[in-house]
Amino acid sequence: MISGRLKALFLRGPIGLTVVSIILGFTVGGIVLVVAGFNPFEAYGAILKGTFSKPKYIAYVIIYATPLIMTGLSVAFAMRTGLFNIGAEGQFIVGAMVAAMAGYALHLPIWLHVPLCLLLAMMAAALWGGLAGYIKARFGVHEVISTIMLNWTAFYLSNWSLTLSGFGKPGTGKSFTIQETARIDLFSQWKISKEGIQFIRSHEYLGDVLKAPVNLGIVVAIVLALLVWYILNRTTLGYELRAVGFNPHAAEYGGINVKRSIVTSMSIAGGLAGAAGALQVMGVSHKIAKLAVMEGYGFDGIAVALIGNNSGPGSVLAGFLFGGLKYGGSKIQDAVGAPTEVISIVVGTIILFIAMPKLIQTLLKFKKG
Amino acid sequence: MTTITKKFGDFVANDAINLKVHRGEVHALLGENGAGKTTLMNILYGILQPTSGTIRINGRELKVTDPNVAIRHGIGMVHQHFMLVETFTVTENIVLGNEPTRSFGVLDMETAEREVAELSERYGLAVDPKALIQDLSVGSQQRVEILKTLYRGAEILILDEPTAVLTPLEIQELVGIIRNLTEAGKSIIIITHKLGEIKQVADFCTIIRRGLHVDTVDVNTVSEAELAAKMVGREVSFKVEKKKQVPGETILEIQGLCVEGGRGLPAVDGLDLKLRKGEILGIAGVDGNGQSELIEALTGLRKVKSGSIIMRGKNITNLSPGKIIEEHKIAHIPEDRQKRGLVFEFDIAENLILQSYGKPPFSKRFSLLWDNIYQNAERLIEKFDIRPQHPATPARALSGGNQQKMIIAREVSHEPELLIAAQPTRGLDVGAIEYVHRALVAERDRGKAVLLISFELDEVLNVSDRIAVIYEGKIVGILDAEGVDENEVGLLMAGGTA
Amino acid sequence: MELIIQDIGFIIGTTLMYATPLIFTALGGVITERSGVVNIGLEGMMFFGAFVGAAVAYFSGSPWLGLLCAAFGGTFWGLIHAIACVSFRAEQIVSGIAINFLGAGSALFISRLVFDGATQTLTVVNKIPQPLAFLFGEGKMFSSSGFMGLVFNQFATVYLAFFMVALVWFVLYKTRLGMRVRAVGENPEAANTLGIDVIKIRYGAVMMSGFFAGMGGAAMSIAVVSRFSNTLISGHGFIALAAMIFGKWKPQGALLACLLFGAAKGFEIYLGAKGVPVAGDVLAMLPYVLTLVILVSFVGKTTAPAAIGKIYEKGDHI
Repeated sequence: MISGRLKALFLRGPIGLTVVSIILGFTVGGIVLVVAGFNPFEAYGAILKGTFSKPKYIAYVIIYATPLIMTGLSVAFAMRTGLFNIGAEGQFIVGAMVAAMAGYALHLPIWLHVPLCLLLAMMAAALWGGLAGYIKARFGVHEVISTIMLNWTAFYLSNWSLTLSGFGKPGTGKSFTIQETARIDLFSQWKISKEGIQFIRSHEYLGDVLKAPVNLGIVVAIVLALLVWYILNRTTLGYELRAVGFNPHAAEYGGINVKRSIVTSMSIAGGLAGAAGALQVMGVSHKIAKLAVMEGYGFDGIAVALIGNNSGPGSVLAGFLFGGLKYGGSKIQDAVGAPTEVISIVVGTIILFIAMPKLIQTLLKFKKG
Repeated sequence: MTTITKKFGDFVANDAINLKVHRGEVHALLGENGAGKTTLMNILYGILQPTSGTIRINGRELKVTDPNVAIRHGIGMVHQHFMLVETFTVTENIVLGNEPTRSFGVLDMETAEREVAELSERYGLAVDPKALIQDLSVGSQQRVEILKTLYRGAEILILDEPTAVLTPLEIQELVGIIRNLTEAGKSIIIITHKLGEIKQVADFCTIIRRGLHVDTVDVNTVSEAELAAKMVGREVSFKVEKKKQVPGETILEIQGLCVEGGRGLPAVDGLDLKLRKGEILGIAGVDGNGQSELIEALTGLRKVKSGSIIMRGKNITNLSPGKIIEEHKIAHIPEDRQKRGLVFEFDIAENLILQSYGKPPFSKRFSLLWDNIYQNAERLIEKFDIRPQHPATPARALSGGNQQKMIIAREVSHEPELLIAAQPTRGLDVGAIEYVHRALVAERDRGKAVLLISFELDEVLNVSDRIAVIYEGKIVGILDAEGVDENEVGLLMAGGTA
Repeated sequence: MELIIQDIGFIIGTTLMYATPLIFTALGGVITERSGVVNIGLEGMMFFGAFVGAAVAYFSGSPWLGLLCAAFGGTFWGLIHAIACVSFRAEQIVSGIAINFLGAGSALFISRLVFDGATQTLTVVNKIPQPLAFLFGEGKMFSSSGFMGLVFNQFATVYLAFFMVALVWFVLYKTRLGMRVRAVGENPEAANTLGIDVIKIRYGAVMMSGFFAGMGGAAMSIAVVSRFSNTLISGHGFIALAAMIFGKWKPQGALLACLLFGAAKGFEIYLGAKGVPVAGDVLAMLPYVLTLVILVSFVGKTTAPAAIGKIYEKGDHI
């Protein structure tokens, strides 16, 4: 009975679709590698090795995965309300910008500075996302279009902010570095102290991990993922948003305010992407720089959300998968000479198959005879 | 068409129906909703394939495998819902698929416009060839649809409920057009359930009831009342058991209600109605006479233009759906179960709290209390016999009957003072229908008011205590269900006068 | 005075140059969306086209062959998008996102293979020519740095883009094919009842969108600049998409919107050269804000094809 339902969930439900799509993605990637004259097993082996063989590598994967998990959560959250948040990119930029400002301009004790910095960034990004929701609810402009516009607005806004005296460091195209009290790096001071260096030298594993810029970002990401899961599945708000996402007509009939739900959902999505930007500044870069091109955290977040089946826990897993592929994938160039971008092909193929549940179901049925 | 039979699974939509249409004649196809008229015409037009039976045109047997075959053999169909490209001009819509071109596929719009103008003049179908469809009235759009079939050389025109969306003036124009067409030797099959129109335009009338061919009559030899009798039928179906009950005070009062429909035309047009505690008031009427808009206005889903809705002495006009459900105790079994009534992806337990998720015992502050939600589901599943009995079954996996049981369970569990049941048995099997009817009567017996809206006359007659007949957005008659004359109701429904 | 005219010429010239890749791509957007299929994968198609154009032009020495191959490269991804969306009824936006990953990924993948592990091509010597170059320069009719030279001494792709706008407009509005494409995008059920093959039309339209997006990419990599690099396209496909919507799904409207976005770039470069960076960023932001404002103020007047994004299934209406 239980195994029967599991099987149904697997074969017809989202998990099976995702797993089959991932397998197909790697298969297509493998075929591309073969055609290009590489041994796919060697290439994928190099990724695995580059991801897991050293504690430092794993630490890096986590650092890579952190922002992706959060932009993934952002896209996933909106998707559950039937909204397509292409705007995670811009919300990320706004979050990063505000975190950099608050991190530099305020002088507060660390226990207050860090949360305040994060909160301000999330609020600003929530407004940015909520604006797209409002424009949709009030004027019926599709969120895909408005968020593309808002992405570029955020992009230039961030670059413009660097021209402000007191924020942009003149002549560098970067902002001033944020205060120590706004950082979430682990042991950054201690690492460069005498004892720290001694410790890193003498402890093989821990020391190796510490070579990476480890920070508390992942903790926040996982807390937020749990929060997303909790909001969606355990609160009345989540119930409303999911009802609107699945069937706005029935939600309206049930007395749910559909327009308000759209604004709420986009605001929360914005806040999540903003947190990603803030943590990147507070934990890794400590400043923002003039953007020449879109960095792609938001767009990668779309992939993470789609692969993670738009759920909190799914986004965490998919974020690690994507983070691992991004980090490990960068190794195959040196290891086997195969282009790193096979990763994009794998990810793209996975998404393409996820977009076609009908094809996957046909394939599964065909296999079953 | 000879002995046409069409089965959908076990359901026989057409049972050995014969239909013979002569050149230059107007043949009406009369029957209630769901009698099988449209199915028969879809078979003739090639949209559906018959299970058995043959079609002959000009004496030659023909397999109409798809609409293109029908078009080639001179059959044209004007669908009830127009198949027009809103942003195109009249001419573009008419010639689409058969466009006159110069070399390199360049459109020859001058020729097209000239041809369209000629056609419209020849048959008296006045339209501006250059006008955009979206700027045209419904009547003009219909003329474009007719021109589309003529442009393709149609000799037999099928008009599916052509007057359903027209104003009285437009109907008169249509009658004139039909005369012009028959004079030019075209044959017309008109699907309708309005008796007055049949008497006015048709030569012959074939009556279908529940998929069966009842009769074909010469319209000049029968009265409207006789047609109504044949359409509704005399047979007595199983009566719903209910004891006599004296209704209580008035609970709902609707005064001069006006509501606009989808096309900005008045759909509900000055409607008055009173409903008392402990009674079932059935609204009888043909589809499209303002029923949907009435329900949506009552439940807050559609804006009221003028008039008022008083519930238990309080004005609830234009309140939000949430307020109407919660504060004014109105429950609603929606007309379109799948669109409004449930969320496919939610399980039974989640669907059962669609309006009450924010209240105890289902939530406390912001958190949902899943234990209570599932206990509630188990209790209602048991009480209302919803199958499968597992609360975590997604609504999508339920049969239509069980989906409806779920909705009824939810609505009744709110302890409403007024239950609005719109088309509550549509698409259900006999067992489920009986179940729904019993549930409605049970509410009435508990002293609640029930407003039943149905296109099935039998249902209204069997379940209601009083019957209000709706026609063109107004209540045209209120009758006591006890000893009512079915033909009288049928006549009122069709816009006749009793 | 002369200097001001020269400055204006400079701005107009850069506007035209930067608008051109957007115009091609936006035209692709017009065609596919007119048939009712959303194509958010224009970015990936453009990216791929930019690479193919530069790579082929580099190896063959022929920019025209590069442009053509870029177009067919884009068409390939259009075919993939059509298979997913039309035949397998995929969620159109999700499929488009996938195309963006695939187009960019495969371009960089091949680039690394053929250009020694680099994510950029080598410099293309034979760029798209400037057909009116004979009129400008020392001792010619006009000086190449004067107003006329700055405005009219453009790459052939600029003129081609304007020609394509006219051509697409003509095909969409004046031919049988165009009328059918538009009908399919507005009401596929109605088109089907009149014997029009909805599937075939949509396949064609989506592939054409790839064709134009590919050309748009090449117009960037072998005209505006002279090589492909991994940051070259970065969002231009999305801007083209927005321009198409801003232009109300019309070729001529898309042209104007692209010119607006191009002008912002033109001003940005101009002001950057004059050393006024503040205004540059704000100015660059302006067209996006303006687009939003205009979309909001035309509330209710949607001009999108009615059936856009909706999955079409034959016999759905029965």
